[in-house]
Amino acid sequence: MVKKVQRRDEIVVKFAGDSGDGMQLTGSLFADMAAKTGLDLATFPDYPAEIRAPQNTLAGVSGFQVRIGSKRIETTGDQCDILVAMNPASLKANLKWVKPGGTIIVDADTFTPETNQKAGFSENPLENGTLGKYYLIKAPVTTLTRAALKDMKLDGKSKERTRNMFVLGFVCYLMSWKPDSLLAYFKEKFKKKPELAEANIVVLKAGYDYADTTEVLPSIIHISKAKMPPGRYRNITGNIATAWGLLAASERSGRPLYLGSYPITPATDILAELAKHKSLGAVVLQAEDEIAGICSAIGASFTGSLAVTSTSGPGFSLKSEALGLAVMTELPLVVIDVQRGGPSTGLPTKSEQSDLMQALFGRNGEAPLVVMAACSPADCFYAAYEASKIALEHMTPVVLLSDGGIGNGSQLFRIPDVKSLPSINPPIAKPNDPEYKPYKRDPDTLVRKWALPGTEGLRHRIGGLEKENITGTVTTDPLNHELMVQLREQKIEKIADFIAPQEIIGNQTGDLLVVSWGGTLGSTQAAVEEMQEEGYSVSLAHFRHILPLPRNTREVLSGFKKIVVCELNRGQFVNYLRMKYPEFSYLQYNKVQALPFTIEELKNTFEKIIKEA
Amino acid sequence: MADFQNMTIERSSVELTKQDFVSDQMVRWCPGCGNHAILSAVANVFPKIGYRKENFMIVSGIGCSSRFPYYVNTYGFHGIHGRALAIATGMKIANPHLSVWVATGDGDSLAIGGNHFIHAIRRNVDINVLLFNNQIYGLTKGQYSPTTPMGTVTKTSPHGTIEHPFNVGELTLGAQGTFFARAVDNNIPLMTEVMFEAAKHDGTSVVEILQNCVIFADKAHEMITGKEYRDENQIHLRNGEPMVFGKNRDKGIRLNGTQLEVVKIGENGITIDDILVHDRYQQDPGIHLMLAKMAPPRFPVAVGVIRSAMYPTYDDLVTQKIQNAREKEKIKTVTDLLNSGDTWEIQ
Repeated sequence: MVKKVQRRDEIVVKFAGDSGDGMQLTGSLFADMAAKTGLDLATFPDYPAEIRAPQNTLAGVSGFQVRIGSKRIETTGDQCDILVAMNPASLKANLKWVKPGGTIIVDADTFTPETNQKAGFSENPLENGTLGKYYLIKAPVTTLTRAALKDMKLDGKSKERTRNMFVLGFVCYLMSWKPDSLLAYFKEKFKKKPELAEANIVVLKAGYDYADTTEVLPSIIHISKAKMPPGRYRNITGNIATAWGLLAASERSGRPLYLGSYPITPATDILAELAKHKSLGAVVLQAEDEIAGICSAIGASFTGSLAVTSTSGPGFSLKSEALGLAVMTELPLVVIDVQRGGPSTGLPTKSEQSDLMQALFGRNGEAPLVVMAACSPADCFYAAYEASKIALEHMTPVVLLSDGGIGNGSQLFRIPDVKSLPSINPPIAKPNDPEYKPYKRDPDTLVRKWALPGTEGLRHRIGGLEKENITGTVTTDPLNHELMVQLREQKIEKIADFIAPQEIIGNQTGDLLVVSWGGTLGSTQAAVEEMQEEGYSVSLAHFRHILPLPRNTREVLSGFKKIVVCELNRGQFVNYLRMKYPEFSYLQYNKVQALPFTIEELKNTFEKIIKEA
Repeated sequence: MADFQNMTIERSSVELTKQDFVSDQMVRWCPGCGNHAILSAVANVFPKIGYRKENFMIVSGIGCSSRFPYYVNTYGFHGIHGRALAIATGMKIANPHLSVWVATGDGDSLAIGGNHFIHAIRRNVDINVLLFNNQIYGLTKGQYSPTTPMGTVTKTSPHGTIEHPFNVGELTLGAQGTFFARAVDNNIPLMTEVMFEAAKHDGTSVVEILQNCVIFADKAHEMITGKEYRDENQIHLRNGEPMVFGKNRDKGIRLNGTQLEVVKIGENGITIDDILVHDRYQQDPGIHLMLAKMAPPRFPVAVGVIRSAMYPTYDDLVTQKIQNAREKEKIKTVTDLLNSGDTWEIQ
């Protein structure tokens, strides 16, 4: 059937269903197809902490949002144009995220009095006008899936599991994509179970054909290719990018990679990914607890590895004491905190930026270290690389803050030339160096040398007790202690000479400077750029380096009538800025719903601030 | 010194002596503390082991025992309370060419560090653990520890403890330990012997040293180590030899049904042939566990190497897995990795 073609710059699709409905896979496959069509994209999975919460309940809803387009895609979008809802609960949970006039595709077969009630609908929402402002497609997905597979010798459960491919086929048609590229995928995935490969392909095609033949689709969508810098691309999540950035730093520095970690949501993917790459020499220990994770990494660091531990908020708390040991022993160490909603166990699968103060100050004693924040899924690669470079070259622990949003979210990633990444040169002491002393420092950087066990002529002992300057002998001398505290602090401050100056997106002066950091870049940049196009005098300073701050931070902050700091917490970065640069007055916009900023709320806030005299 | 199987750690090309391991630090333990003798034994045994002096690594946590690394001229790391074994695990698996030694105490490794203790043992990481058991927290001045006998009055148990103590050997074997030895701090040759055997063993070697804290738990081990008691209350186990003890060497350990018992040779028709012969290498830890648990008044305390069973070490397995992956996997560089799987060109 020939349908009208609707041209669009971008579109947001959300796949939602029960935790067992395969929505994460469906969304990922959809994103991969979009990428191969030449579109830019961003994805965001939204799933419950329970593996299989009771069926058809709101608690069990799992979603995967994908935004694709021919322009640069910075976020997954505030609301979706198309919602695929596999059951009443997923419709109920996501209705508020559908744009008015948006399209909703449901599996009509799942809307029974019982499931409607479980989802909190008093009557069938498909029939009572609830969905009046949307374009509703009631597809009998379950029935048609069964029909498509009626001749196949497969158990009922396996047949049922392919329902997600029906909707994927349907959406493929809607996007004017041929689902051919998926055929090879299924053949590879189910190499040992060809009947499953076939079932998935049959249902995928059935969904596609249904969309083609049915009257329900008035038009199909066409998005032209995105203009992106030429190069080789792939889709990548932040956690995978983090793992790969560490591997790249290991290769470029020549120091073997060691990861000591304990499983914790949403950071576990880093551990699982690095465990795969033994062929690149990665030594990975799944430790007995968070403390063993970091302590084993400190041991590996002493003996010469690029040592890393990855975790999330509660695990980061457990590592505090050991982090102090790494500060005291001045050993390279990268700690990755994929932040989640807190405090305590909090919201394990949801994202927040509320560990900043803990990263900056959460240790006993004066214990300065480097704090950085990754800004997007693809940036996790470069952030992990730079964190490793700083740790190795400046002999210091570095905390890299990521978050659940960018860790699990994905983005297109232009594959870099590894040789073009900045070189990494750790200050390794030479055998029998007569000048070697454990705490003798480079006069410019204040960095001590790394004397690796096994090296002739450098036997030495260090630890958590205060050290005498230069010799490293244990001492409680009062003036020495004060000197060492200052040296450790100055060493970290000097790293500001080795990081990029803070950039401003937009003019260097104006009415409003929006300040943000870490994983919110997509939202704040999109909001600021839209307002710039609308003629507002607004710029963005998005921070990646937090301790030390870039050298030009004061200059950046001084060019604007007003400053607003936007964070997914109660104001941790803004209070840090107040402490560092008290001469400015800061407004703040905070959200702690364990949800990302919407562009709309940011724009409304910024407009209000600019208009208030 | 022959029969070192492990060739991963480079051996010294010159003969080393005690002097090679003397550190420039003043030893600050109390006069009369058992640690001095342990330090002596380590200084004796390191040259005998024969590795390059740069390949020895001593790690500790917190406590009196944990000052140990400062007093031996090797690479040393003084960690934080309870974490020595976690730190040592990272060191050994990241660099298998090191001979890693942990100096720890009963509080450090069995209370705050209990988790790392059992898991290092379970993994069988090739590290040597010298556990100074003085049944007290010394550095914090006299609180009860996980090995303090029930009912002992200490600063934090003024009415006597109401906790069952750990038996270090039982805990080690319960965690699937492959090596357990026991020594006493007033017998340097015995300490030297078991430390040497610990070094030879591939895997986690736990050496419990009954150590005397002269200040806070003086004579806690007197019934075992005291001159007038030791012949009757210690049995030195030697592999392949019958378990005989006593001043007149006329007592032995016999297996009666499923239980051990002390018997007198020459009485009731018992001959030397009835006495259990020590097999420290046997895989089944059953007898080893019974031996490790022996205590007065019914039994002498077993010293020497109680168990030394062969199992693959964690660090060897890590190395092997990496070697296998390097041979088999297509991804040899990060560039290969970045370009693996689904990628596409945009012009």
